[in-house]
Amino acid sequence: MSPLIQVKNVTKKYGGLTANNDISFDVSENEILSVIGPNGAGKSTLFKMISSFTPTTSGEVIYRGERISNLKPHIVARKGVVRTFQETTIFKSMTVRESVVVAQHLRAKASLAGYFWGSKTAQEDVSAFGKYADELLEFLGMSEISNEQASNLPQGSLRALGIAIGLATDPKVLLLDEPFAGMNHDETMNMVNLVRSVRDERGVTVMLVEHDMPAVMNISDRIVVLNFGEKIAEGTPSEIQNNEKVIEAYLGSVDDEIGM
Amino acid sequence: MLGFSSKQLIGVGVFLFVIFIGVPLVIGATGRWDFFFTLTSVALLAIASAGVWLTFYIGRINIGQGAFALIGAYVSAILVVKAGWSFWISLPAAGLFAAVVAVLIGLPILRLRGVYFAMITLVLTQVVTLTALALPITNGAKGISNIPLPSGLSIFGIPLIPDFGSMENTKLAFYLTACVLMVVTYAALYRLVNSRLGHLCRSMQQNEELASSIGVNIAYIRIVIFAISSFFGGIGGAMFGSIAQSVYPSTFVVADSVNFMLNCFLGGLGYVFGPMLGTLVLYFGWDLLFEIGKYQMLVYSMILIAVIRFLPNGLLSVRFGKGDKK
Ligand SMILES: Nc1ncnc2c1ncn2[C@@H]1O[C@H](COP(=O)(O)OP(=O)(O)OP(=O)(O)O)[C@@H](O)[C@H]1O
Ligand SMILES: [Mg+2]
Repeated sequence: MSPLIQVKNVTKKYGGLTANNDISFDVSENEILSVIGPNGAGKSTLFKMISSFTPTTSGEVIYRGERISNLKPHIVARKGVVRTFQETTIFKSMTVRESVVVAQHLRAKASLAGYFWGSKTAQEDVSAFGKYADELLEFLGMSEISNEQASNLPQGSLRALGIAIGLATDPKVLLLDEPFAGMNHDETMNMVNLVRSVRDERGVTVMLVEHDMPAVMNISDRIVVLNFGEKIAEGTPSEIQNNEKVIEAYLGSVDDEIGM
Repeated sequence: MLGFSSKQLIGVGVFLFVIFIGVPLVIGATGRWDFFFTLTSVALLAIASAGVWLTFYIGRINIGQGAFALIGAYVSAILVVKAGWSFWISLPAAGLFAAVVAVLIGLPILRLRGVYFAMITLVLTQVVTLTALALPITNGAKGISNIPLPSGLSIFGIPLIPDFGSMENTKLAFYLTACVLMVVTYAALYRLVNSRLGHLCRSMQQNEELASSIGVNIAYIRIVIFAISSFFGGIGGAMFGSIAQSVYPSTFVVADSVNFMLNCFLGGLGYVFGPMLGTLVLYFGWDLLFEIGKYQMLVYSMILIAVIRFLPNGLLSVRFGKGDKK
């Protein structure tokens, strides 16, 4: 089976700085693949290129045989490759439910004019969006906060909201940039299980960047390791844990970071 | 009906009664016919302000509506005077022309955000003024005067609008026309804001990156909204020119553009009907302050600063309290 996503010799230069250097790897359908590496290794940059938030300097990203790099973010999102953000990125003055409703707009059957006049299809859309929002929030365990304004949420819920917004678009591939950041152990484990069920129950292929090594080792089918913009290793969690280059890259904090 | 609550319907009913029946009765009884002209101006300026409010809604500060009002006024005047069109056809044409210009200008400038966009729009009005001075078709500084009053309009022989030229009381007719246009504008704005396009605008206003990550074509929506905004400006301006029966390069100047923006701030950016109230208050406020002579600008500015400082969500926030939208 051909891979769902192929990252092919992708390079990103910011002036003199090479944030990603000739990175290549494949992502299979229904896989959970993590990208790890020390701060500044180029993980977020890689995600931004896959989602076309920033163009590649050279190389390309292929999704189902189509190039998705160097396009526009909304076009890639419409193809089903959706990212979340490392920094808190929310619709501040919308409620949780409103955010999840607006994120479903791509599923709309009625035209913009239909919405303007309040056509029957538009009304059906609106009630379908509401219903799906409630379902999704229930699934994510966020029903209680569904009417909270986003700006009032605690850090842990903000991460969850980011994921909820991404999921509401009904993606085929979800790129999560540090989804467990700012969460305590219990919240993280809860989220790990959720991400796994997103894959298992919704058939979403997940790529994630994370610093929380126990969580990464727990959740990932495979791991890609970046260091100073280079790919230094790729493999299963146990292969990565025993990889010398990786241990070296994390040297000094081997014990707590890799979780060995 | 169209998602309105009964309370809202009553509110709309009262409002329509007041502007279409109450005001003409009161003016008829008191004989203050000059108020028709004032209120007509308010209604037309409120239409242009509605457009500015809409650009605020996608997170852009628009200080260029005077440019589009002036464009609308000229297009209508030229079509009526030089091409012999009916005013009622020239009116939508003026709006459309302004919208097309907005698309052409918007393509390069709508990428800019915050103060950069605001500054470019601030220059627009001056650019249009200078263009009107330079072009032969706009007749330079002399402008276009002696625009005939709107002729009658009938469709398939059914008279819809009577000939303004043969009327005794054009003041009332213009007032009613302006009110109809204003009501239609704000009804459209209300529907737009509460429909999917409005929700997408709101998502862009709050976070453009997140909006594009969920598949919103932000560049496209910006252009569409700026075009609609300028359409309102063009309509307001065209109607204004028809009432004044003349258009000059100075019919709308930079100060008008600033006022359109202030109307929105004053009424409240969170409320669709904010700019309507803002226009009314600002227009009358300015007139009242005329009494104090040379301190007019000073006092006016101080009051505005105080309002923006103490009522950051606009005048309507007093009435509805925090958090309530519409
Ligand atoms: N827009 C930009 N302009 C210039 N340099 C940038 C830009 N974005 C990222 N960089 C640089 O590229 C390198 C990689 O950044 P990136 O954000 O991809 O790292 P990261 O692996 O996600 O790090 P972290 O774990 O801290 O999130 C860093 O040195 C960063 O300073
Ligand atoms: Mg990062």
